[in-house]
Amino acid sequence: MEKIVIKNVVKIFGDHPKKALDLLLQGEPISEILNKTGNVVGVADVSFTVNEGEIVVVMGLSGSGKSTLVRCINRLFEPTAGEIYVDGQDVCQLGTKELRDFRRQKFGMVFQNFALFPHRSVINNVEFGLEVQGADKAEMRQKAETALEMVGLKGWGDKYPSELSGGMQQRVGLARALALDPDILLMDEAFSALDPLIRRDMQDELINLQQSMQKTIVFISHDLDEALKIGDRLVILKDGAVVQIGTPEEILTKPATEYVRKFVEEVDITKVLTAESVMKKCQDVAYLGSDGPNAALRKMKKNAIASLFVVKKDHSLAGIVFANEVRDLVDKGESDLSIVLHTDIQKVSPDTPASELFPIMQDMSYPVAVVNENDRLLGIIVKGLLFTAIAERGGDT
Amino acid sequence: MSFELPRIPLGKGIEATLDFLVENLAFATRAFSTVADQGLRFIEATLLAVHPVLMIVIVTALVFAMTRKRGITVFTFLGLGLIWNMGLWVATVSTLSLVVVATLIAITIGIPLGIIAGLSEWVYRIVRPILDFMQTLPAFVYLIPAIPFFGLGRVAAIFATVVFSMPPAIRFTNLGIRQVPKELTECADAFGADRWQKLIKIQLPLAKTTIMGGVNQTVMLALSMVVIAAMIGAGGLGSEVWRAIQRLQSGAGFEAGIGIVILAIILDRLLQQLASKKR
Repeated sequence: MEKIVIKNVVKIFGDHPKKALDLLLQGEPISEILNKTGNVVGVADVSFTVNEGEIVVVMGLSGSGKSTLVRCINRLFEPTAGEIYVDGQDVCQLGTKELRDFRRQKFGMVFQNFALFPHRSVINNVEFGLEVQGADKAEMRQKAETALEMVGLKGWGDKYPSELSGGMQQRVGLARALALDPDILLMDEAFSALDPLIRRDMQDELINLQQSMQKTIVFISHDLDEALKIGDRLVILKDGAVVQIGTPEEILTKPATEYVRKFVEEVDITKVLTAESVMKKCQDVAYLGSDGPNAALRKMKKNAIASLFVVKKDHSLAGIVFANEVRDLVDKGESDLSIVLHTDIQKVSPDTPASELFPIMQDMSYPVAVVNENDRLLGIIVKGLLFTAIAERGGDT
Repeated sequence: MSFELPRIPLGKGIEATLDFLVENLAFATRAFSTVADQGLRFIEATLLAVHPVLMIVIVTALVFAMTRKRGITVFTFLGLGLIWNMGLWVATVSTLSLVVVATLIAITIGIPLGIIAGLSEWVYRIVRPILDFMQTLPAFVYLIPAIPFFGLGRVAAIFATVVFSMPPAIRFTNLGIRQVPKELTECADAFGADRWQKLIKIQLPLAKTTIMGGVNQTVMLALSMVVIAAMIGAGGLGSEVWRAIQRLQSGAGFEAGIGIVILAIILDRLLQQLASKKR
């Protein structure tokens, strides 16, 4: 379901937004508009949607308009043109009081430099949104405590922000947004000010939290690794305009422009490619019970492979058989394939990153089976395939 | 051949304006008179109700309770003792009362004005040149309109003192409000705080230290003005100084001057302590 719909949003900073807007609609490049009118085009005709429960990462370099765009969504910045719908309500049409209520109900926001109130204790910071809503004191405290616990800061309520490390401060920032239990989280470079290790922790934590919360999240980032890691979909901005919208896979494998391709080149491809994206379809399998050694051997010969996966009647994976052992069975005249069935085989789930596949595949003589949660065989990965996939998509590195 | 440029009647104009105001603002001047006079009487009466020695002990204890610092506590005790010893106790109490009343009036007007100027660009644009004007105009000039409004006496002195000492209260408050990091006010907005909530919960607490700095400045200016205001009947230590000047009694003049310095140091340290208090 569509939660946020952004339609042709333009944000122009300066004294003559109308003139600049006309030029923009005529297709003038924004550097020209700056020359002619002195106005800066922050967001240039951006449209995309965010579905309920989805994390959309708006990505771009500094000056690409991403922070401006997120501020248009809750109207911290007034869009110059365009429409923004949240739950079907056009945000731009709201009056002052309605907007305030809307912000209180729908949005939680997390800021790049935390924006914690230095004169308030941690718990009072977390309570801020509720306090503004005029919530009951006891209820407020309880919700704030819960939010603090969610971000792993139980018992830190009485401290002041200056007594906390950067990572902890941003947890407080996150808790402050979560305390309201809003539908939508707007996260403006929320982890960018943290050092890399802490940043990774926070990303993992957000992903974990999201699994239970299922919020709609608009996350702003300049870091493609981060975007690919946490985003269900990415919106890549350049000079205020959308360059590409897509899933991490699509962005990596089919960059829409040279600009995106350059970006993608710098990404460590092994972190983002998953088992699913490098696996191939299994040409053939043996069915336990119905296929005997002869049938299995024939299938292997036909496909020129030295091993064959065996599945049960319900299509769940039973194991693997190897050509030499099956031939022995045939020679002995045995008819039961399960004698040589190896059941302790390596299985991976489809979302296993390629980087984890390397150590697994290191000293394996047969392909890795990719199975879903019901143990059904989705595909296989052979060593050569993994390298080819990485070489293909990783560019010339 | 002589050609005379017509003189612009600036002085006449100001005079006419003042006359007009004196006639038509009677209700306001009367209200001001009442507040200032009553306040003054009350504070003076309170401070003089107890014996100076007892008062000195009380004040010293208060200073210690507020600052928890030995230096300023000892200084307060010895300083006030010296004032009493010099026979300037009543004059000092009178001066202090004047300063307190003038400061209270100045900050009750100045801080809200500063807040408005801090929040509104166009108010600031109007207020700023007026403040510049007020602060560069020689202090003596303020004495002149005070007389037609209030006649000679302490109320006129308070009026001149209020006008003279108000600018820092406005300026510092304005500055304090403007210094609140934009991301914090933006954050308050994002959480749906209205203007009032933003001011009370975020802007004022964060501006507090700066505002207190302004209050300190206001007190110091008021103290310096009450000496000048002795010319129009402020009484107190100021008039001791004036009398000494007129009679060329350098010793007595210095004694009164030292009294003012002692008062200034105690007030300054106390206010600094208040301003720097955390949270």
